[in-house]
Amino acid sequence: MSSEWTKVCQLEDIAPNTGVCALVNGQQVAIFRRAKSNELYAVGNFDPIGKANVLSRGLLAQLGGDITVASPLYKQHYRLTDGHCLEQDGVSIPVYAVRVTDGAVEVGQ
Amino acid sequence: MSQTDKTRVVVVGNGMVGHQFIESLTTSESSEHFHVTTFSEEPRVAYDRVHLSEYFQSNNAEDLAMTTLDQYQAMGVEVHLNDRVESIDLQAKTVTSATGKTLAYDKLVLATGSYPFVPPIDGNDRQNCFVYRTIEDLEKITAAAQSGAKIGTVVGGGLLGLEAAKAVKDLGLEANVVEFAPRLMAVQVDDGGGALLRDKIVDLGVGVHLSKATTRIVDGEQCLHRMEFADDTHLETDVIVFSAGIRPQDSLARACGLDIGERGGIVINNQCQTSDPDVYAIGECALWNNRIYGLVAPGYAMAKTAVAHLVEQEEEFSGADMSTKLKLMGVDVASIGDAHSATPGARVYTYFNQPNEVYKKLVVSEDNKFLLGAVLVGDAEDYGALLQYMLNAIELPESPESLILPNTGGDKPSLGAAALPASAQICSCHDVSKGDIASAVAGGCCSVADVKGETKAGTGCGGCVALLTSVVNHELEALGVEVSTDICEHFAYTRQELYHLIRVGKIQSFAEMLEKHGTGDGCEICKPAIGSILASCWNEYVLKDEHIGLQDTNDIFLGNMQKDGTYSVVPRIAGGEITPDKLLVLAQVAKDYDLYTKITGGQRIDLFGAQLHQLPEIWRRLVDAGFETGHAYGKSVRTVKSCVGSTWCRYGVDDSVGLAIDLEDRYKGLRSPHKLKFAVSGCTRECAEAQCKDVGVIATENGWNLYVAGNGGMKPRHAELFATDLDRETLIKYIDRFLMFYVRTADRLQRTSVWRDNLEGGLEYLQQVIIEDSLGIAQELEDEMALNIGNYQCEWATTLDNPERLKRFRHFINSDDVDANVLFVQERGQVRPATEEERANLIAKAS
Repeated sequence: MSSEWTKVCQLEDIAPNTGVCALVNGQQVAIFRRAKSNELYAVGNFDPIGKANVLSRGLLAQLGGDITVASPLYKQHYRLTDGHCLEQDGVSIPVYAVRVTDGAVEVGQ
Repeated sequence: MSQTDKTRVVVVGNGMVGHQFIESLTTSESSEHFHVTTFSEEPRVAYDRVHLSEYFQSNNAEDLAMTTLDQYQAMGVEVHLNDRVESIDLQAKTVTSATGKTLAYDKLVLATGSYPFVPPIDGNDRQNCFVYRTIEDLEKITAAAQSGAKIGTVVGGGLLGLEAAKAVKDLGLEANVVEFAPRLMAVQVDDGGGALLRDKIVDLGVGVHLSKATTRIVDGEQCLHRMEFADDTHLETDVIVFSAGIRPQDSLARACGLDIGERGGIVINNQCQTSDPDVYAIGECALWNNRIYGLVAPGYAMAKTAVAHLVEQEEEFSGADMSTKLKLMGVDVASIGDAHSATPGARVYTYFNQPNEVYKKLVVSEDNKFLLGAVLVGDAEDYGALLQYMLNAIELPESPESLILPNTGGDKPSLGAAALPASAQICSCHDVSKGDIASAVAGGCCSVADVKGETKAGTGCGGCVALLTSVVNHELEALGVEVSTDICEHFAYTRQELYHLIRVGKIQSFAEMLEKHGTGDGCEICKPAIGSILASCWNEYVLKDEHIGLQDTNDIFLGNMQKDGTYSVVPRIAGGEITPDKLLVLAQVAKDYDLYTKITGGQRIDLFGAQLHQLPEIWRRLVDAGFETGHAYGKSVRTVKSCVGSTWCRYGVDDSVGLAIDLEDRYKGLRSPHKLKFAVSGCTRECAEAQCKDVGVIATENGWNLYVAGNGGMKPRHAELFATDLDRETLIKYIDRFLMFYVRTADRLQRTSVWRDNLEGGLEYLQQVIIEDSLGIAQELEDEMALNIGNYQCEWATTLDNPERLKRFRHFINSDDVDANVLFVQERGQVRPATEEERANLIAKAS
């Protein structure tokens, strides 16, 4: 369980089905809001294949049972629950805890 | 291998069959053992004679070309053009050409083709009497048409004669066909089919004169010639084109002593060898089993056999099926096997629908079990299946007539791909069997396009593509690959169906679409596709709350994302015209934000390296200076390129810049299945390169010529001439309709070129829909375009007026810091993204 939570923005700052990037203790964290269930997901913003901080600007994509983000650079899918890249074995991105408290989005470390 | 060790192969004649031979030999595994030389009496390398009449549409010999001198050079083939082989010495094994070259050969291949038969009629050598075989022949006919001829008459109502009549008609002449037999295409079709074919061709404005034996040609009263017929009638005409059959070009072989058939033709055996085993003959000059084959597919088969024999493989030419399917002046005609029911005991079924102008006949065996032949006029869709029934002796259904009756009850028996044996020939042009296709699929081909690339199937006449598709799908299914045309797992529809659902159901958002017709959350395939369709239909602001999550990478921040996550900025510069003042604004912005600056291919200026938070500031300055967004980020109308036109150019015929600006203003921002590029040229010099654009316009003395579906880029395609000499109003009407029809029916991410290539019915169908309004939708298409134009907004101007939207334009939601990972270095006086190595050095230095 995360011991430390950092408040980054209000829930309404994230348009449904889009992502934003937050700076949390020097790390770039991409936070996505899934419209259907209003769930939030937080992963690293750095795309290890495209080598740029862009994942928060990718499209949310459901593939089978997986909720993923498609990299805006070369379209690989990263699973938001565990950070695994679906196209390339062994490539993954960090995953962060995220929650909403009194309308505020908080990322855990 | 040194030059001297190679087998010297000389190919006499560089027509389609000669070329096929050279290509097969030089791409065979043993190609390094051969040195190939070819002679042609024509001034150009092999071209597609089958589609000769299309030369008039483009007037560009390159469109017909099957190869180029460069390609031959790369293949190591020595080419002598404009040089006819005059004699062969079988003893010395040499050939001597008209220009005096004498070349030794080890193996000689005669691919001399045929010459047009000119009936021995008095006056057949008068002025403006031509034949129809080469591009030069066509040029002569064109020249005659341009120097005042009004009426053109073709002697011969066979397959080639009708092709020639089309050419004559396309030249603007009043066309006539004179045929000795009592029907057209006497060899391929029967009386019933011939009668319908005649009616259809007469409807197209061609005079058809049957059972006419021309006795002599004399001076006319109204025209240059008067053709007198045996029945004491006559016809006046300015131009005469003889197309009354072909004769094998065997004079060279005859002179050197090779065996020649009684009625001409170089005698060959099953290996395509002549009476001298080191000399082969292939194509229309060759006589196999006392038969001349005047079609290209058997010629290709002979070429293949001869190559196989040269490289010591076993293959035999064993005759060829002469079934054909073609489109004559827009009329579908097909003939299979025993079209005239000449087989003893044969039974016949016919279906004749006069109002719809369709005639179909089946010839079946006495026991009703096997198909012997067929004739189809007006609707040849059944050709592929019927041909398979005949070639593979597949047992017919209990009521064979059900194969040609209209499908009213939905229970028409279809010949599934599963029913075909592995040996069934699917593509006759390239001799590809069902088995070949199965191995291609097993070898990893996953689509019809893959199989075409691998086997060449479907790339000749294209007549087998429907069957090819069903065989490929069948093979994929057999391998457990699910063949689905669904756009993705969330919507069980094609893009075209999605468009229809949205348009008809007046659906306004992705959520509504998902609820009514989809499942799950959506993905990066269906979201942008539906986002694009919503924009095409209703043209709402793309960053509205309900649309923003659908936009692809670039649309979502109205810029083009580059490899380092920064964006490029491309303001619209309609028609490529820009004032010095505006140039100064661009220069100042680029300087202030240190943006890399480059001129684009579409006559605009691209500013690279802008970070998210800079985009609104940059666009504020651009919009204030009168710029609009250039939609460079969207699957939408990009630019209308233009040459400077009649305003300045000495040669310009019309104001290309003015038209380009108007077109760009009209269509700017139109969201479509893929990007759209236009160009307008002010004269036929075509400096704007309009013929490689989705929509190209070229000024003529009488208006504007419209070209469509061209493409540069990855797979270049010449645009096709769609309509000529249009006034501005008609031009715009056609472009409106063309664009909306494309938007309606294309697949996602399908450019107009690929869409057009896959469009059933081809260019003619498109012309019918757009020009003649055959589907009755022209008004709808225009209305849809009007709605789109009416709802246009500059997305950047709208965004700048909306503080909520602007919040998104920063790298961090919770900090004003910028992305430390974006690092530039200098090159040639401008910035560029640092390479990984440079980045490591820069970061090391900084820390």
